[in-house]
Amino acid sequence: MAYPTDRKYTKQHEWVKVVGQQAAVGITDHAQEALGDIVFVELPKVGADLTAGNSFGTVESVKAVSDLYAPVTGTVTEINADLATSPEKVNKDPHGSWMLKMSLRNAGEIGDLLSAAAYEQFVAEEGGN
Amino acid sequence: MSSIETSPGSPPATVRKTALNAVHRQMGAKMVDFNGWDMPVEYPASIGCGVINEHMAVRTGVGIFDVSHMGDIRLAGPQALAAVQYISMNDASKLVVGQAQYSALLYPQGTFVDDVIVHRLGEDEYLLVINAGTREKDFSWVRDNTRQFDCAVENLSDDFTQIAIQGPKAVDLLQKMTSADLSAVKFYWVTRGDILVLDHSMRHHFGNTLIARTGYTAEDGFEIYVPSDEATSALVWNRLLEVGKEFGVVPCGLGARNTLRLEGKLPLYGHEISDTINVWEAGLDRFCKMDKPEFVGRAALEKAKTDGVKRTLVGLEMTERGIARDGYKVMDEGGREIGYVTSGSPAPFLKKNIALAYVPPEFGSVGGTVKVEIRGQGVGAQVVPTPFYKRPKKA
Repeated sequence: MAYPTDRKYTKQHEWVKVVGQQAAVGITDHAQEALGDIVFVELPKVGADLTAGNSFGTVESVKAVSDLYAPVTGTVTEINADLATSPEKVNKDPHGSWMLKMSLRNAGEIGDLLSAAAYEQFVAEEGGN
Repeated sequence: MSSIETSPGSPPATVRKTALNAVHRQMGAKMVDFNGWDMPVEYPASIGCGVINEHMAVRTGVGIFDVSHMGDIRLAGPQALAAVQYISMNDASKLVVGQAQYSALLYPQGTFVDDVIVHRLGEDEYLLVINAGTREKDFSWVRDNTRQFDCAVENLSDDFTQIAIQGPKAVDLLQKMTSADLSAVKFYWVTRGDILVLDHSMRHHFGNTLIARTGYTAEDGFEIYVPSDEATSALVWNRLLEVGKEFGVVPCGLGARNTLRLEGKLPLYGHEISDTINVWEAGLDRFCKMDKPEFVGRAALEKAKTDGVKRTLVGLEMTERGIARDGYKVMDEGGREIGYVTSGSPAPFLKKNIALAYVPPEFGSVGGTVKVEIRGQGVGAQVVPTPFYKRPKKA
Protein backbone atom coordinates (compact mmCIF):
# COMPACT_ATOMS: atom_id res chain seq x y z
CA MET A 1 0.00 0.00 0.00
CA ALA A 2 1.01 3.62 -0.38
CA TYR A 3 1.51 5.17 3.04
CA PRO A 4 0.38 8.78 3.56
CA THR A 5 3.20 11.24 2.95
CA ASP A 6 1.92 13.81 5.45
CA ARG A 7 3.66 12.02 8.30
CA LYS A 8 6.71 10.06 9.46
CA TYR A 9 7.06 6.45 10.56
CA THR A 10 9.02 4.31 13.00
CA LYS A 11 10.41 0.79 12.75
CA GLN A 12 7.99 -0.10 15.54
CA HIS A 13 5.15 0.58 13.10
CA GLU A 14 3.91 3.82 14.59
CA TRP A 15 3.20 6.98 12.63
CA VAL A 16 3.70 10.59 13.77
CA LYS A 17 1.91 13.52 12.18
CA VAL A 18 3.35 16.88 13.15
CA VAL A 19 1.30 20.05 13.22
CA GLY A 20 3.45 22.88 14.55
CA GLN A 21 4.76 21.93 17.97
CA GLN A 22 2.20 19.12 18.45
CA ALA A 23 2.33 15.56 17.17
CA ALA A 24 -0.46 13.04 16.69
CA VAL A 25 0.58 9.38 17.07
CA GLY A 26 -1.01 6.17 15.85
CA ILE A 27 -0.15 2.77 14.41
CA THR A 28 0.19 1.87 10.76
CA ASP A 29 -1.97 -0.22 8.48
CA HIS A 30 0.71 -2.90 8.51
CA ALA A 31 0.54 -2.99 12.30
CA GLN A 32 -3.25 -3.31 12.52
CA GLU A 33 -3.26 -5.99 9.84
CA ALA A 34 -0.60 -8.01 11.64
CA LEU A 35 -2.35 -7.62 15.00
CA GLY A 36 -5.78 -8.66 13.79
CA ASP A 37 -8.94 -7.56 15.61
CA ILE A 38 -7.96 -4.93 18.17
CA VAL A 39 -9.97 -5.20 21.37
CA PHE A 40 -8.17 -2.93 23.83
CA VAL A 41 -5.96 0.15 23.78
CA GLU A 42 -4.14 1.28 26.95
CA LEU A 43 -2.94 4.87 26.77
CA PRO A 44 -1.10 7.12 29.24
CA LYS A 45 -2.78 9.98 31.03
CA VAL A 46 -2.74 13.57 29.78
CA GLY A 47 0.35 15.20 31.24
CA ALA A 48 2.47 12.04 31.10
CA ASP A 49 6.04 12.53 29.86
CA LEU A 50 7.09 10.24 27.02
CA THR A 51 10.66 9.48 25.94
CA ALA A 52 11.42 8.48 22.36
CA GLY A 53 11.86 4.71 22.12
CA ASN A 54 10.17 3.91 25.45
CA SER A 55 6.90 2.07 25.80
CA PHE A 56 3.93 4.34 26.51
CA GLY A 57 1.05 1.90 26.42
CA THR A 58 -0.31 -1.27 24.91
CA VAL A 59 -2.59 -2.36 22.14
CA GLU A 60 -4.25 -5.73 22.49
CA SER A 61 -5.69 -8.09 19.93
CA VAL A 62 -7.78 -11.09 20.97
CA LYS A 63 -4.67 -13.22 21.28
CA ALA A 64 -1.85 -10.91 22.27
CA VAL A 65 -0.59 -7.79 24.00
CA SER A 66 1.76 -5.47 22.09
CA ASP A 67 3.69 -2.51 23.41
CA LEU A 68 3.38 0.94 21.87
CA TYR A 69 6.61 2.95 21.68
CA ALA A 70 6.92 6.71 21.81
CA PRO A 71 8.25 7.90 18.44
CA VAL A 72 9.42 11.21 19.88
CA THR A 73 9.99 12.83 23.27
CA GLY A 74 7.34 15.11 24.75
CA THR A 75 4.27 15.39 26.95
CA VAL A 76 0.81 13.94 26.30
CA THR A 77 -1.73 16.71 25.64
CA GLU A 78 -4.75 14.68 24.53
CA ILE A 79 -5.84 11.05 24.25
CA ASN A 80 -8.46 9.62 21.91
CA ALA A 81 -11.28 8.62 24.27
CA ASP A 82 -13.13 6.95 21.38
CA LEU A 83 -10.68 4.07 21.45
CA ALA A 84 -11.76 3.03 24.94
CA THR A 85 -15.18 2.03 23.63
CA SER A 86 -14.39 1.43 19.96
CA PRO A 87 -10.88 0.01 19.64
CA GLU A 88 -11.85 -1.58 16.30
CA LYS A 89 -11.61 1.90 14.77
CA VAL A 90 -7.87 1.36 14.70
CA ASN A 91 -8.39 -1.62 12.38
CA LYS A 92 -10.90 0.18 10.18
CA ASP A 93 -8.94 3.41 9.82
CA PRO A 94 -5.43 3.06 11.25
CA HIS A 95 -4.05 6.23 9.69
CA GLY A 96 -7.08 8.29 10.67
CA SER A 97 -7.31 6.94 14.25
CA TRP A 98 -4.84 8.93 16.30
CA MET A 99 -4.17 7.46 19.72
CA LEU A 100 -2.65 10.44 21.47
CA LYS A 101 -1.41 13.93 20.82
CA MET A 102 1.73 15.23 22.41
CA SER A 103 3.92 18.29 22.57
CA LEU A 104 7.38 17.96 21.00
CA ARG A 105 10.38 18.45 23.29
CA ASN A 106 12.84 18.30 20.42
CA ALA A 107 11.62 18.94 16.88
CA GLY A 108 14.90 17.54 15.51
CA GLU A 109 13.86 14.00 16.51
CA ILE A 110 11.36 13.95 13.64
CA GLY A 111 14.20 14.01 11.16
CA ASP A 112 15.41 10.61 12.41
CA LEU A 113 12.15 8.94 11.50
CA LEU A 114 11.25 7.17 8.26
CA SER A 115 9.50 8.77 5.31
CA ALA A 116 6.49 6.98 3.81
CA ALA A 117 8.65 5.49 1.07
CA ALA A 118 11.33 4.36 3.50
CA TYR A 119 8.70 2.78 5.77
CA GLU A 120 7.12 0.96 2.82
CA GLN A 121 10.52 -0.45 1.94
CA PHE A 122 11.18 -1.41 5.55
CA VAL A 123 7.88 -3.33 5.69
CA ALA A 124 8.62 -5.06 2.41
CA GLU A 125 12.07 -6.16 3.58
CA GLU A 126 10.85 -7.24 7.02
CA GLY A 127 8.23 -9.44 5.42
CA GLY A 128 10.90 -11.23 3.46
CA ASN A 129 9.17 -10.34 0.20
CA MET B 1 4.69 -2.02 18.31
CA SER B 2 6.54 -5.05 19.53
CA SER B 3 7.03 -8.34 17.73
CA ILE B 4 4.59 -8.41 14.86
CA GLU B 5 4.77 -11.81 13.24
CA THR B 6 4.46 -11.82 9.52
CA SER B 7 3.72 -15.03 7.66
CA PRO B 8 6.72 -16.26 5.69
CA GLY B 9 6.16 -18.41 2.62
CA SER B 10 6.80 -21.75 4.26
CA PRO B 11 7.28 -23.10 7.77
CA PRO B 12 10.66 -24.15 9.25
CA ALA B 13 11.72 -27.64 8.21
CA THR B 14 11.44 -29.11 11.72
CA VAL B 15 7.83 -28.13 12.37
CA ARG B 16 5.02 -30.59 11.68
CA LYS B 17 2.37 -29.90 9.10
CA THR B 18 -1.11 -31.21 8.46
CA ALA B 19 -2.11 -32.23 4.92
CA LEU B 20 -3.96 -28.90 4.60
CA ASN B 21 -0.94 -26.73 5.45
CA ALA B 22 -0.42 -25.47 1.90
CA VAL B 23 -4.14 -24.68 1.61
CA HIS B 24 -4.09 -22.55 4.77
CA ARG B 25 -0.99 -20.68 3.62
CA GLN B 26 -2.42 -20.18 0.16
CA MET B 27 -5.56 -18.68 1.74
CA GLY B 28 -3.31 -16.18 3.54
CA ALA B 29 -3.84 -17.52 7.04
CA LYS B 30 -1.63 -16.19 9.83
CA MET B 31 0.33 -19.20 11.01
CA VAL B 32 1.66 -20.11 14.44
CA ASP B 33 3.69 -22.91 15.99
CA PHE B 34 1.23 -24.80 18.18
CA ASN B 35 2.99 -27.56 20.11
CA GLY B 36 5.33 -28.19 17.18
CA TRP B 37 2.61 -27.91 14.51
CA ASP B 38 2.43 -25.12 11.91
CA MET B 39 -1.22 -24.17 12.25
CA PRO B 40 -3.52 -21.32 11.16
CA VAL B 41 -4.41 -18.87 13.93
CA GLU B 42 -6.85 -16.89 11.84
CA TYR B 43 -7.67 -16.24 8.20
CA PRO B 44 -7.45 -12.80 6.54
CA ALA B 45 -9.84 -9.93 7.17
CA SER B 46 -9.87 -9.46 3.39
CA ILE B 47 -11.92 -12.67 3.03
CA GLY B 48 -14.21 -11.80 5.92
CA CYS B 49 -12.25 -13.68 8.57
CA GLY B 50 -10.20 -12.81 11.63
CA VAL B 51 -10.69 -14.27 15.10
CA ILE B 52 -13.84 -12.33 15.93
CA ASN B 53 -15.65 -13.01 12.64
CA GLU B 54 -14.65 -16.67 12.77
CA HIS B 55 -15.91 -16.97 16.34
CA MET B 56 -19.23 -15.31 15.49
CA ALA B 57 -19.68 -17.49 12.40
CA VAL B 58 -19.51 -20.60 14.58
CA ARG B 59 -22.01 -19.16 17.07
CA THR B 60 -24.49 -18.04 14.41
CA GLY B 61 -23.80 -20.03 11.24
CA VAL B 62 -21.00 -22.49 10.53
CA GLY B 63 -17.22 -22.57 10.57
CA ILE B 64 -14.72 -25.25 9.57
CA PHE B 65 -11.46 -26.09 11.33
CA ASP B 66 -8.48 -28.22 10.36
CA VAL B 67 -7.88 -30.25 13.51
CA SER B 68 -5.72 -32.93 11.94
CA HIS B 69 -2.96 -32.20 14.42
CA MET B 70 -5.01 -34.06 17.04
CA GLY B 71 -4.13 -37.70 17.61
CA ASP B 72 -6.05 -40.95 17.14
CA ILE B 73 -5.47 -44.17 19.03
CA ARG B 74 -7.42 -47.28 18.18
CA LEU B 75 -7.92 -50.09 20.67
CA ALA B 76 -9.34 -53.29 19.19
CA GLY B 77 -9.56 -56.87 20.44
CA PRO B 78 -11.45 -59.14 22.82
CA GLN B 79 -10.39 -57.07 25.85
CA ALA B 80 -10.58 -53.63 24.27
CA LEU B 81 -13.29 -52.49 26.68
CA ALA B 82 -11.34 -53.70 29.71
CA ALA B 83 -8.27 -51.86 28.41
CA VAL B 84 -10.21 -48.63 27.90
CA GLN B 85 -11.83 -48.97 31.32
CA TYR B 86 -8.41 -49.28 32.94
CA ILE B 87 -6.87 -46.16 31.43
CA SER B 88 -9.90 -43.91 31.05
CA MET B 89 -11.72 -42.39 34.04
CA ASN B 90 -15.22 -42.33 32.58
CA ASP B 91 -17.32 -45.48 32.26
CA ALA B 92 -16.90 -46.81 28.72
CA SER B 93 -19.11 -49.82 29.46
CA LYS B 94 -22.04 -47.41 29.15
CA LEU B 95 -21.22 -46.83 25.47
CA VAL B 96 -23.18 -48.68 22.82
CA VAL B 97 -21.69 -49.00 19.34
CA GLY B 98 -21.77 -45.55 17.77
CA GLN B 99 -21.65 -43.64 21.03
CA ALA B 100 -18.90 -41.38 22.37
CA GLN B 101 -18.02 -39.80 25.72
CA TYR B 102 -15.65 -37.21 27.13
CA SER B 103 -13.06 -38.63 29.50
CA ALA B 104 -9.44 -38.38 30.59
CA LEU B 105 -6.37 -40.57 30.96
CA LEU B 106 -4.89 -40.22 34.44
CA TYR B 107 -1.55 -40.78 36.07
CA PRO B 108 -1.43 -42.89 39.26
CA GLN B 109 -1.45 -39.58 41.19
CA GLY B 110 -4.91 -38.81 39.81
CA THR B 111 -3.59 -36.02 37.60
CA PHE B 112 -4.02 -35.73 33.84
CA VAL B 113 -2.09 -37.46 31.08
CA ASP B 114 -4.62 -35.92 28.67
CA ASP B 115 -8.31 -35.41 28.12
CA VAL B 116 -9.87 -37.54 25.44
CA ILE B 117 -13.03 -38.39 23.57
CA VAL B 118 -13.68 -42.12 23.64
CA HIS B 119 -15.70 -43.40 20.68
CA ARG B 120 -17.08 -46.92 20.52
CA LEU B 121 -16.76 -47.83 16.85
CA GLY B 122 -17.55 -51.54 17.09
CA GLU B 123 -18.23 -54.46 19.43
CA ASP B 124 -14.58 -54.54 20.49
CA GLU B 125 -13.25 -51.40 18.88
CA TYR B 126 -12.65 -48.00 20.46
CA LEU B 127 -11.14 -44.80 19.10
CA LEU B 128 -9.49 -42.31 21.45
CA VAL B 129 -9.08 -38.82 20.03
CA ILE B 130 -6.36 -36.94 21.93
CA ASN B 131 -4.54 -33.63 21.89
CA ALA B 132 -1.95 -32.57 19.35
CA GLY B 133 0.81 -31.78 21.80
CA THR B 134 0.47 -35.11 23.59
CA ARG B 135 0.23 -37.55 20.67
CA GLU B 136 3.40 -39.52 21.34
CA LYS B 137 3.16 -39.29 25.12
CA ASP B 138 -0.43 -40.57 25.09
CA PHE B 139 0.28 -43.39 22.67
CA SER B 140 3.20 -44.64 24.77
CA TRP B 141 1.09 -44.29 27.90
CA VAL B 142 -1.86 -46.20 26.46
CA ARG B 143 0.33 -48.94 25.01
CA ASP B 144 2.38 -49.35 28.19
CA ASN B 145 -0.66 -49.43 30.47
CA THR B 146 -2.74 -51.92 28.48
CA ARG B 147 -0.17 -54.66 27.86
CA GLN B 148 -2.02 -56.97 30.21
CA PHE B 149 -5.15 -56.86 28.05
CA ASP B 150 -5.80 -58.87 24.88
CA CYS B 151 -6.13 -55.76 22.76
CA ALA B 152 -4.19 -54.21 19.87
CA VAL B 153 -3.22 -50.55 20.29
CA GLU B 154 -2.62 -48.62 17.08
CA ASN B 155 -1.54 -45.05 16.48
CA LEU B 156 -3.68 -43.83 13.58
CA SER B 157 -2.85 -40.15 14.04
CA ASP B 158 -1.26 -39.71 10.62
CA ASP B 159 -3.98 -41.63 8.78
CA PHE B 160 -6.66 -38.98 8.93
CA THR B 161 -7.31 -35.40 8.02
CA GLN B 162 -9.75 -34.36 10.71
CA ILE B 163 -12.04 -31.46 9.87
CA ALA B 164 -14.44 -29.95 12.40
CA ILE B 165 -17.64 -28.40 11.06
CA GLN B 166 -19.20 -26.39 13.86
CA GLY B 167 -22.21 -24.15 14.42
CA PRO B 168 -26.01 -24.19 14.26
CA LYS B 169 -25.81 -24.65 10.47
CA ALA B 170 -23.13 -27.36 10.56
CA VAL B 171 -25.70 -30.11 10.07
CA ASP B 172 -27.19 -28.31 7.05
CA LEU B 173 -23.78 -27.97 5.44
CA LEU B 174 -22.56 -31.49 6.07
CA GLN B 175 -25.89 -33.05 5.05
CA LYS B 176 -25.33 -31.66 1.58
CA MET B 177 -22.12 -33.65 1.36
CA THR B 178 -23.20 -37.03 2.64
CA SER B 179 -25.98 -39.51 2.11
CA ALA B 180 -25.80 -40.53 5.78
CA ASP B 181 -28.88 -39.30 7.62
CA LEU B 182 -27.37 -36.81 10.05
CA SER B 183 -30.70 -36.12 11.78
CA ALA B 184 -30.40 -39.65 13.18
CA VAL B 185 -27.02 -38.89 14.74
CA LYS B 186 -27.45 -37.40 18.20
CA PHE B 187 -24.86 -35.23 19.88
CA TYR B 188 -21.85 -37.34 20.94
CA TRP B 189 -22.82 -40.16 18.62
CA VAL B 190 -21.02 -41.23 15.47
CA THR B 191 -21.86 -42.81 12.16
CA ARG B 192 -20.04 -43.92 9.07
CA GLY B 193 -20.98 -42.39 5.79
CA ASP B 194 -19.76 -41.25 2.45
CA ILE B 195 -18.40 -37.79 1.82
CA LEU B 196 -19.43 -36.78 -1.63
CA VAL B 197 -17.30 -34.32 -3.45
CA LEU B 198 -18.36 -33.55 -7.00
CA ASP B 199 -16.19 -31.56 -9.29
CA HIS B 200 -16.20 -30.97 -13.00
CA SER B 201 -14.70 -34.18 -14.24
CA MET B 202 -14.79 -36.66 -11.41
CA ARG B 203 -17.10 -37.81 -8.73
CA HIS B 204 -15.10 -38.45 -5.57
CA HIS B 205 -16.68 -40.78 -3.14
CA PHE B 206 -15.05 -41.50 0.16
CA GLY B 207 -17.12 -44.24 1.58
CA ASN B 208 -17.17 -45.38 5.15
CA THR B 209 -15.89 -42.08 6.51
CA LEU B 210 -16.18 -41.66 10.25
CA ILE B 211 -18.56 -38.80 11.05
CA ALA B 212 -18.80 -37.86 14.72
CA ARG B 213 -21.21 -35.35 16.19
CA THR B 214 -18.55 -33.94 18.48
CA GLY B 215 -16.58 -30.74 18.82
CA TYR B 216 -14.72 -28.25 20.95
CA THR B 217 -16.79 -25.13 20.40
CA ALA B 218 -19.84 -25.52 22.70
CA GLU B 219 -22.01 -25.59 19.54
CA ASP B 220 -23.66 -28.37 17.57
CA GLY B 221 -21.28 -29.75 14.99
CA PHE B 222 -19.40 -32.63 13.48
CA GLU B 223 -15.88 -33.90 13.07
CA ILE B 224 -15.12 -35.91 9.95
CA TYR B 225 -12.11 -38.14 9.44
CA VAL B 226 -11.10 -38.27 5.76
CA PRO B 227 -8.00 -39.83 4.15
CA SER B 228 -4.91 -37.79 4.97
CA ASP B 229 -3.36 -37.43 1.53
CA GLU B 230 -3.03 -33.79 0.46
CA ALA B 231 -5.21 -34.09 -2.65
CA THR B 232 -8.19 -35.64 -0.84
CA SER B 233 -7.85 -33.28 2.08
CA ALA B 234 -7.81 -30.18 -0.10
CA LEU B 235 -10.76 -31.46 -2.13
CA VAL B 236 -12.93 -31.98 0.95
CA TRP B 237 -11.88 -28.67 2.57
CA ASN B 238 -12.50 -26.61 -0.54
CA ARG B 239 -15.78 -28.36 -1.23
CA LEU B 240 -16.97 -27.56 2.30
CA LEU B 241 -16.17 -23.90 1.71
CA GLU B 242 -18.03 -23.94 -1.60
CA VAL B 243 -21.13 -25.85 -0.49
CA GLY B 244 -21.14 -23.83 2.74
CA LYS B 245 -21.33 -20.45 1.02
CA GLU B 246 -25.12 -20.37 1.33
CA PHE B 247 -24.75 -20.92 5.09
CA GLY B 248 -22.08 -18.24 5.47
CA VAL B 249 -19.26 -20.71 6.16
CA VAL B 250 -15.86 -19.36 7.12
CA PRO B 251 -12.56 -21.16 7.67
CA CYS B 252 -11.56 -20.88 11.35
CA GLY B 253 -8.18 -21.04 13.04
CA LEU B 254 -6.82 -21.78 16.47
CA GLY B 255 -7.58 -18.26 17.67
CA ALA B 256 -11.34 -18.77 17.35
CA ARG B 257 -10.97 -22.36 18.50
CA ASN B 258 -9.61 -21.05 21.77
CA THR B 259 -12.16 -18.27 22.32
CA LEU B 260 -15.02 -20.64 21.49
CA ARG B 261 -13.92 -23.39 23.88
CA LEU B 262 -13.20 -20.81 26.59
CA GLU B 263 -16.74 -19.41 26.45
CA GLY B 264 -17.95 -23.00 26.85
CA LYS B 265 -15.52 -23.73 29.71
CA LEU B 266 -13.94 -26.62 27.82
CA PRO B 267 -10.54 -27.46 29.29
CA LEU B 268 -7.26 -27.10 27.40
CA TYR B 269 -4.38 -29.40 28.29
CA GLY B 270 -1.54 -27.49 29.85
CA HIS B 271 -3.98 -24.90 31.19
CA GLU B 272 -7.05 -26.17 33.11
CA ILE B 273 -5.73 -29.74 33.19
CA SER B 274 -2.16 -31.00 33.42
CA ASP B 275 0.04 -33.55 35.11
CA THR B 276 -0.01 -31.49 38.32
CA ILE B 277 -3.76 -30.93 38.53
CA ASN B 278 -6.23 -33.59 39.71
CA VAL B 279 -9.79 -34.36 38.59
CA TRP B 280 -11.51 -32.75 41.60
CA GLU B 281 -9.56 -29.49 41.30
CA ALA B 282 -10.46 -29.29 37.61
CA GLY B 283 -14.13 -29.81 38.40
CA LEU B 284 -14.45 -32.79 36.07
CA ASP B 285 -16.13 -35.01 38.70
CA ARG B 286 -19.06 -35.92 36.47
CA PHE B 287 -16.75 -37.59 33.93
CA CYS B 288 -15.00 -39.68 36.57
CA LYS B 289 -16.82 -42.84 37.58
CA MET B 290 -15.35 -43.95 40.88
CA ASP B 291 -17.78 -46.85 41.17
CA LYS B 292 -16.53 -48.68 38.08
CA PRO B 293 -13.76 -51.30 38.21
CA GLU B 294 -10.17 -50.32 39.03
CA PHE B 295 -8.59 -47.63 36.80
CA VAL B 296 -5.26 -45.81 36.89
CA GLY B 297 -5.40 -42.91 39.32
CA ARG B 298 -8.40 -44.10 41.25
CA ALA B 299 -6.66 -44.70 44.59
CA ALA B 300 -5.05 -41.26 44.56
CA LEU B 301 -8.40 -39.69 43.73
CA GLU B 302 -10.05 -41.49 46.69
CA LYS B 303 -7.43 -40.01 48.98
CA ALA B 304 -7.63 -36.56 47.38
CA LYS B 305 -11.38 -36.59 47.91
CA THR B 306 -11.06 -37.28 51.64
CA ASP B 307 -8.22 -34.75 51.98
CA GLY B 308 -10.32 -32.09 50.27
CA VAL B 309 -9.28 -29.83 47.37
CA LYS B 310 -6.71 -27.07 47.98
CA ARG B 311 -7.75 -25.16 44.87
CA THR B 312 -10.70 -25.04 42.54
CA LEU B 313 -11.27 -23.90 38.95
CA VAL B 314 -13.53 -20.86 38.73
CA GLY B 315 -14.88 -18.60 36.02
CA LEU B 316 -14.00 -14.90 36.20
CA GLU B 317 -15.48 -11.92 34.45
CA MET B 318 -13.53 -8.66 34.46
CA THR B 319 -15.48 -5.89 36.19
CA GLU B 320 -12.89 -3.18 35.55
CA ARG B 321 -11.17 -2.32 32.29
CA GLY B 322 -8.57 -4.91 31.33
CA ILE B 323 -8.05 -8.34 29.84
CA ALA B 324 -6.95 -11.21 32.09
CA ARG B 325 -4.63 -13.56 30.22
CA ASP B 326 -3.02 -16.97 30.69
CA GLY B 327 -0.65 -17.02 33.65
CA TYR B 328 -1.69 -13.69 35.22
CA LYS B 329 -1.80 -13.68 39.02
CA VAL B 330 -5.10 -13.61 40.88
CA MET B 331 -5.16 -11.67 44.15
CA ASP B 332 -7.69 -11.10 46.90
CA GLU B 333 -9.09 -7.62 47.48
CA GLY B 334 -6.15 -6.88 49.75
CA GLY B 335 -3.62 -7.60 47.01
CA ARG B 336 -2.42 -10.95 48.37
CA GLU B 337 -1.68 -13.54 45.68
CA ILE B 338 -4.18 -16.41 45.86
CA GLY B 339 -4.04 -18.10 42.49
CA TYR B 340 -3.52 -17.74 38.75
CA VAL B 341 -5.35 -17.52 35.45
CA THR B 342 -5.26 -20.72 33.39
CA SER B 343 -6.89 -19.22 30.31
CA GLY B 344 -8.06 -15.64 29.76
CA SER B 345 -9.22 -13.71 26.74
CA PRO B 346 -11.88 -11.42 25.35
CA ALA B 347 -15.06 -13.42 24.64
CA PRO B 348 -16.28 -12.26 21.22
CA PHE B 349 -19.85 -13.56 21.51
CA LEU B 350 -20.42 -12.54 25.12
CA LYS B 351 -18.60 -9.23 24.60
CA LYS B 352 -16.90 -9.51 27.96
CA ASN B 353 -13.37 -10.28 29.09
CA ILE B 354 -13.41 -13.68 30.77
CA ALA B 355 -10.99 -16.10 32.37
CA LEU B 356 -10.68 -19.43 34.10
CA ALA B 357 -8.50 -19.47 37.21
CA TYR B 358 -7.38 -21.68 40.05
CA VAL B 359 -8.11 -20.17 43.47
CA PRO B 360 -8.51 -21.63 46.97
CA PRO B 361 -12.04 -23.00 47.51
CA GLU B 362 -12.95 -20.16 49.89
CA PHE B 363 -12.66 -17.73 46.95
CA GLY B 364 -14.76 -19.89 44.67
CA SER B 365 -18.26 -18.61 45.48
CA VAL B 366 -20.17 -17.01 42.63
CA GLY B 367 -20.33 -13.26 43.20
CA GLY B 368 -17.02 -13.15 45.05
CA THR B 369 -14.60 -10.44 43.94
CA VAL B 370 -10.88 -10.78 43.25
CA LYS B 371 -8.20 -8.81 41.47
CA VAL B 372 -6.20 -9.91 38.45
CA GLU B 373 -2.70 -8.48 38.17
CA ILE B 374 -2.34 -6.86 34.75
CA ARG B 375 1.06 -5.27 34.12
CA GLY B 376 1.56 -4.49 37.78
CA GLN B 377 -1.96 -3.27 38.52
CA GLY B 378 -4.75 -5.13 40.33
CA VAL B 379 -7.84 -5.04 38.10
CA GLY B 380 -11.26 -6.02 39.43
CA ALA B 381 -12.97 -9.30 38.48
CA GLN B 382 -15.92 -11.29 39.75
CA VAL B 383 -16.48 -15.03 40.10
CA VAL B 384 -19.29 -16.01 37.72
CA PRO B 385 -21.14 -19.26 36.97
CA THR B 386 -19.74 -21.47 34.23
CA PRO B 387 -19.96 -22.31 31.47
CA PHE B 388 -19.95 -18.68 30.43
CA TYR B 389 -21.92 -19.65 27.33
CA LYS B 390 -24.43 -22.43 26.66
CA ARG B 391 -25.87 -22.92 23.21
CA PRO B 392 -29.60 -22.28 22.94
CA LYS B 393 -31.84 -25.35 22.99
CA LYS B 394 -33.42 -26.05 19.61
CA ALA B 395 -37.10 -25.07 19.60
